[in-house]
Amino acid sequence: MSADSTLAGWAARLGSGEISCRELAADCLARIEQGAHLNAFVSVDSQRVLDVAAERDAIPRAERGPLHGLPIAIKDIFCQAHTRTTAGSRMLEQWRAPYSAHVIERLEAAGAVLLGKTNMDEFAMGSSGENSHFGATRNPWDDSRVPGGSSSGSAAAVAAGMVPAALGTDTGGSIRQPAAFCGLTGLKPTYGRVSRWGMIAFASSLDQAGPMAWTAEDLAMLLGVIAGCDTRDSTSVDAPVDDYSKALSAPVSGRRIGIPSALLGADVAEPVRVAVDEARQTFERLGASIHEVALPTALAGVPAYYVLAPAEASTNLARFDGVRFGHRCSEPRNLTDLYLRSRAEGFGSEVKRRILTGTYVLSVGYYEAYYLQAQRVRRLIRDEFLAAFGQVDVILAPTTPGPAFALGEKVDDPVAMYQQDVFTIPANLAGIPALSMPAGMTGGLPLGVQLLGPHFGEATLLNLAHAFQQATDHHLERPSGVRE
Amino acid sequence: MSNWETVIGLEVHVQLATASKLFSGAPNRFGAEANRQASAVDLGLPGVLPVLNEAVVHMALRFGLAVEAQISPLTQFARKNYFYPDLPKGYQISQLDHPIIGPGRLEIVVGDQAKTIGITRAHLEEDAGKSIHDQLPGLTAVDLNRAGTPLLEIVSEPDMRSAAEAVAYLRELHAIVRDLGISDGNMNEGSMRCDANVSIRPRGERTLGTRTEIKNLNSFRFLEKAIEFEVERQIEVLEGGGRIHQETRLYDAQRNETRSMRSKEEAEDYRYFPDPDLLPVAITPKMIAEVARSMPELPRARRQRFCEQYGLSEYDARQVAADRATAAYFETCVAIAEDPKLTANWVMGELASILNRDELGIEASPVPAAALGTLIARIRDATISSKIAKTVFDIMVAEGGEPDAIIEARGLRQMSDSGELERLVDEVIAANPAQVEQFRAGKTKLLGFFVGQVMKATGGKANPQQLNDLLRGRLDGGG
Repeated sequence: MSADSTLAGWAARLGSGEISCRELAADCLARIEQGAHLNAFVSVDSQRVLDVAAERDAIPRAERGPLHGLPIAIKDIFCQAHTRTTAGSRMLEQWRAPYSAHVIERLEAAGAVLLGKTNMDEFAMGSSGENSHFGATRNPWDDSRVPGGSSSGSAAAVAAGMVPAALGTDTGGSIRQPAAFCGLTGLKPTYGRVSRWGMIAFASSLDQAGPMAWTAEDLAMLLGVIAGCDTRDSTSVDAPVDDYSKALSAPVSGRRIGIPSALLGADVAEPVRVAVDEARQTFERLGASIHEVALPTALAGVPAYYVLAPAEASTNLARFDGVRFGHRCSEPRNLTDLYLRSRAEGFGSEVKRRILTGTYVLSVGYYEAYYLQAQRVRRLIRDEFLAAFGQVDVILAPTTPGPAFALGEKVDDPVAMYQQDVFTIPANLAGIPALSMPAGMTGGLPLGVQLLGPHFGEATLLNLAHAFQQATDHHLERPSGVRE
Repeated sequence: MSNWETVIGLEVHVQLATASKLFSGAPNRFGAEANRQASAVDLGLPGVLPVLNEAVVHMALRFGLAVEAQISPLTQFARKNYFYPDLPKGYQISQLDHPIIGPGRLEIVVGDQAKTIGITRAHLEEDAGKSIHDQLPGLTAVDLNRAGTPLLEIVSEPDMRSAAEAVAYLRELHAIVRDLGISDGNMNEGSMRCDANVSIRPRGERTLGTRTEIKNLNSFRFLEKAIEFEVERQIEVLEGGGRIHQETRLYDAQRNETRSMRSKEEAEDYRYFPDPDLLPVAITPKMIAEVARSMPELPRARRQRFCEQYGLSEYDARQVAADRATAAYFETCVAIAEDPKLTANWVMGELASILNRDELGIEASPVPAAALGTLIARIRDATISSKIAKTVFDIMVAEGGEPDAIIEARGLRQMSDSGELERLVDEVIAANPAQVEQFRAGKTKLLGFFVGQVMKATGGKANPQQLNDLLRGRLDGGG
């Protein structure tokens, strides 16, 4: 039964009474236990999960929310009241958030059962899940490989069948790349579509929360709950929230799909190129038209991103100084010693690398050459996307240059690691929504392709992805040993 | 006069009197228990975000209109990065490019000279918390109640040429922010603080000398003293063949001196960049027009009105229109007294000296405006003389009470019965024949002697003009 392990499938069975919220939660907890070697979770409070699930069971049918009883895992970058929130860092190893993120409030109000906090690259900085203080997460398809990052634990948890859906964040591809590596569908919404309140900041102008699940249908359910304006986030946009589930079944015929040939000139593995081409053919069969689009500056996205994101990160992470919360070195001799040792001990090496880079590019004498120049590149990329969306409804592109790579393969080569993000970064720089969906397999590993849309075009992306999933079986592939 | 010319520019931080903080909903109040007025946002907890308090924008615009400033259509916040324990986020949200208030100007008066001081800009920023070094032995305590308090930093052009001008400028700013209702201006609570940039140059020289910045001056007197000390120090250094180093200095009020704090070489790189958590704020003509409609009368306009409406001199108008409370007192007073010049003299003279003596604001005056107005009316209608009025005033200060009641109860009413006065004049003339002789021989200065004698006999209650006329008539007339 193909719908079994999806969010929609579980919703149906909870609705029919075939299974209770508590039974489902207990089943998820058992699978988390079985998959412990994947290191997908940082914190799971089993008793509390079961208590919450039992409370959900007691809610009268008429008062149940749209996510009633559905188990959802949360990337450990979202503050959850009275729950340890680590951002994958030693700096916050013992920190319990005193308040909840906007998305957590929304999910809880919708009746979801939050299963636990998932592992991640420290402060969302990484593309492999290896930069976590709590150890690397492994890919359920092949545990010698990375699950992608930085939402590594969220992707692994869904792919391993521990939960039907999870929340991630995407600053340069951190939802889409692990979704691609783990055979999932993942959506980075438009910047401003989902409130950042309570989400620990990496790069404020790029960070967006979004859902990860098996299907576009499941993403639509989740996005409908977490999207919307929040006055606590000044960059949250007061645009109407579409009925994403309803939009799924709109006709695809007549849709215009853009192919950015410039992007495909990048270093892409042949199976990825084939997957993109097959997806194009599928959309053609569904009645869409295909058009060339020019995104000449998109390839400059990686260097621009690795100036801007570290610049913002270097100041966002200044608050971790050992004074008020988080890691504090033992017996500081004076203020400088407190700062130096607390930060030296609390942050991992990739975080330090980015703080140093960011501090450098904001310094007097370098600001113009790096920060401002990168902002110009960003504006060009955005303008090019806006121009392209004058001609097409969505753009089809690879999500990653290749399938999941081996653990340890790129840890000593940061530039090769950063190149992993070449196809995902442009959407963050432009602030547009982008969705990755399974589009094929190579050597037993899933491959993803990406759909990029104009600002607030999530409904269109979900519509096209759903149509694609109705026409193909890629999203039904499961790692061995994981229920369908 | 010194061969050196002093050049001063001021940076004034004004805490805005909003109900809540600049970027959080925490209350903005002075004096609460430590760390009880800091929200998650003020503490800079992971995941929190700033949201601009719109009341602050409104207040900044009021100030901008008051100093006739250019107001930029788009204003932007920036992060100023530095580490300090009382700076929770490791950066201060401030403004660098596109400050909310652009170039403006402010008129000051020193002595009889009016002068316009240029205002370079005024920008919004959040205040830091407070580090307390003397409470826990060997430790520093941090109180974050003040963190996030909205500040308007007002930067002047280097247009002031003396400590007195700097003080006049700060006083004028003080009066304006209070009149606008945007700050209580309470300097000893830190609601208004000032940094002074001071340099000197040979008189006639056009280029500016190297400046030093004196930080955190929190009273008019300290500003004056610190500048005076610093100017003397710089003169001494330059005349001794040395050179001035660009540096930050602290004023030590106890020793009355400035001390080096850090040099320019040690100055930090604050790595300013636009704060990605806050979108640029559009300032529309509609917003400005709305603020303009709600503007109160400002000191300069009030001075002009006082000159025109009350026929006061520039000097008098400046004194009584300086701040809103004094102006309100004057206007209540003059409505009853019906003599603006005399009222101005009393408010600036007798009343001011009593207030100064008792260190009272005019709002707390022991003599209400209406009572002083009545007192002055009694001078004008010749019920009492000015001299007697001072006696009555002293009683009002010491014991309170209405002037009319005091005049009646103590029998201070001026002698208006000319028969009685004539009788006393005749008696005095009769009793002093030698002096009458001398007066008539041309020693007219002796008139004062006769006036004094009669006044003494009346207990000071004679109408001086009437007495003068009578005496002159009698003495000149030879009868």
